[in-house]
Amino acid sequence: MSTILEVKNLAKIYEIGYIRKRQIVAVDKVSFSVKKGEIISLVGESGSGKTTTARMILRLIKPTSGVIKFMGRDIWRDLRGGSDLRWYWRNVNGVFQDPFSSFNPTHRIRDFMYRAFNLFNEKLDRDTKERLVREALQMVGLIPDEVLNRRPFELSGGMRQRVMIARIFLIRPMLVIADEPTSMIDATLRLGILRLFSKLREEIGTTIMFITHDMGLAYYISDRIMVMYRGKIIEEGTPDEIVNNPKHEYTRNLLDSIPKLYTSWFK
Amino acid sequence: MGYVVETIDLRAYYMLRRGSVKAVDGVNLKIGEREIVGVVGESGCGKSTLSRVLALDFIPPLKLVGGKIIIDGEDVTSIPISEARKRIAGTKISLIPQSAMNAIIPVTRVKDYIADVVKEKTGLPREKIVDMARKRFEEIGLPPIALDMYPFELSGGMRQRVLIALATLLNPSLLIADEPTSALDVSTQKMVLTTLYNVFKMGLTKSIMFITHDIATVRQIATRIVVMYAGKIVEDGPTEDLIHNPFHPYSKALMFSILTPEPEVRKRVEQTGGIAGEPPSLINPPPGCRFHPRCPYAMDVCRREEPPMIEVEKGRFVACWLYAKK
Ligand SMILES: Nc1ncnc2c1ncn2[C@@H]1O[C@H](COP(=O)(O)OP(=O)(O)OP(=O)(O)O)[C@@H](O)[C@H]1O
Ligand SMILES: Nc1ncnc2c1ncn2[C@@H]1O[C@H](COP(=O)(O)OP(=O)(O)OP(=O)(O)O)[C@@H](O)[C@H]1O
Ligand code: SF4
Ligand SMILES: [Mg+2]
Ligand SMILES: [Mg+2]
Repeated sequence: MSTILEVKNLAKIYEIGYIRKRQIVAVDKVSFSVKKGEIISLVGESGSGKTTTARMILRLIKPTSGVIKFMGRDIWRDLRGGSDLRWYWRNVNGVFQDPFSSFNPTHRIRDFMYRAFNLFNEKLDRDTKERLVREALQMVGLIPDEVLNRRPFELSGGMRQRVMIARIFLIRPMLVIADEPTSMIDATLRLGILRLFSKLREEIGTTIMFITHDMGLAYYISDRIMVMYRGKIIEEGTPDEIVNNPKHEYTRNLLDSIPKLYTSWFK
Repeated sequence: MGYVVETIDLRAYYMLRRGSVKAVDGVNLKIGEREIVGVVGESGCGKSTLSRVLALDFIPPLKLVGGKIIIDGEDVTSIPISEARKRIAGTKISLIPQSAMNAIIPVTRVKDYIADVVKEKTGLPREKIVDMARKRFEEIGLPPIALDMYPFELSGGMRQRVLIALATLLNPSLLIADEPTSALDVSTQKMVLTTLYNVFKMGLTKSIMFITHDIATVRQIATRIVVMYAGKIVEDGPTEDLIHNPFHPYSKALMFSILTPEPEVRKRVEQTGGIAGEPPSLINPPPGCRFHPRCPYAMDVCRREEPPMIEVEKGRFVACWLYAKK
């Protein structure tokens, strides 16, 4: 299989404070590559640098150093102008961690969904757009008539996340970066929605990168897991390799502290 | 053996202008001495409301609409609420509310905060309370120096453990902890869970009610699990039985949707599907069994009549027509 995404020595250093500047190394020279059609998870605890990595790949924040190549093109050097960026976001798109901040609060859900069509080259008529939007919402278990005219704050966190996922099924990109996409979705709905991501891969060969602190989710869904700790990727392998035979001490501790359903620590 | 708390057909609604939210609707629950009861269910099913009601914490629009609450043998719903609250606060039922961690006043030192809270409940002198707190901190492995710190100087896990120490200072009959681990990183969760378990083993509280949406967490310490759906208890049974062999179709769906890094889970998940639909509105819940619109086994009777709670095996209670003779 061919490589679709290549990340080399990627780093992000935040400078905070005005008078006495302090540096935070959020992502520390990370390198990895992802094959076409692969489902890969980036797992790590809070503050380990997962979202920062995701946002750089989505071309939302500029790396301090390093290279990100999508289909051979350096996304920070080779893409210029509106049409290149439209091409990029049509092909690489995401579900963002904070489902509130990614919505314009004055827009209705219909507006939010329709804006996805701006990324399309083909011109669609209004009826086709409406039909596609409704189908996408139904896929994630939302009732179109109940949500289309609502504004983001009138939906629960889990519903907003599902709207964002529906938007991904509308765009059908080649690479999806999903940052904690189901963190607010109730357990009994979550599995069905995760399966939709797998279906997208089966149908059009989409590559998916899940970003999560939930090792259980990563274990279930991925072909490969990368463990991130303090800005670095410290270990990677298949789910079974990571879970049954963790190499790094941090991974071992992490796995030990995850509660299991079928065994108890205290009994 | 007496019950530390017993509810009979308990109903508590949020009275809103557009209708009442039936968040606790006909709950029968008995908690005995030396039990850790895990209450699980998805967002909005009424877990926190149940905890507020048991702590007699009725803040409008929440209102007790029917049923009884019997605490240590006394029907506290037959006496004025303010009187009842005085009798139970701290010594009988002690509640750590959801997100309490963020609610601690940041400008007061931990010891002053504890002294304020406990003095209001008991009238004990401050020095005495701080002494008690120091002893309790030592007992449960918290550094006593934390008493002199401000809440923002403590990590999330430490803050949650301070709240556990505070909530058990007067050795209550029942400690209710509402999502005590949900906002924490996994490594800290384990620490808080251990503290809760120790508090129980040392007898600092007779029983614990542990509320969470995270079954894998609560099953670590719970002796018994209660599953709630849309304002009602649908299943109640010993932890191991319920985890390994859930009876109620909703409990099954819930259990089967849990993703933990265990080979059993991966295998199981590949075979079973999730369930369609969403929990219903609690203003106009569906008639009959509230799970019927999503239940793969729904029958006619389910749409018409509410299923009774049946003891299917010893200690295992289920409210579902599949198990009731009709
Ligand atoms: N805009 C910013 N300015 C300064 N520091 C930041 C900024 N964004 C993130 N950081 C810091 O960078 C580090 C990595 O943050 P990041 O959000 O990437 O972590 P994460 O792994 O996604 O965590 P979580 O699981 O909590 O979402 C953290 O220390 C964070 O405080
Ligand atoms: N103050 C309130 N006023 C009106 N309705 C409320 C209020 N608090 C809760 N509700 C509603 O009551 C129902 C039960 O809420 P409750 O907080 O008890 O659920 P929960 O099971 O604790 O959920 P979570 O897992 O999200 O904490 C929900 O439908 C909720 O929207
Ligand atoms: S009572 Fe009927 S609808 Fe309800 S859970 Fe049982 S079978 Fe399903
Ligand atoms: Mg993040
Ligand atoms: Mg709650």
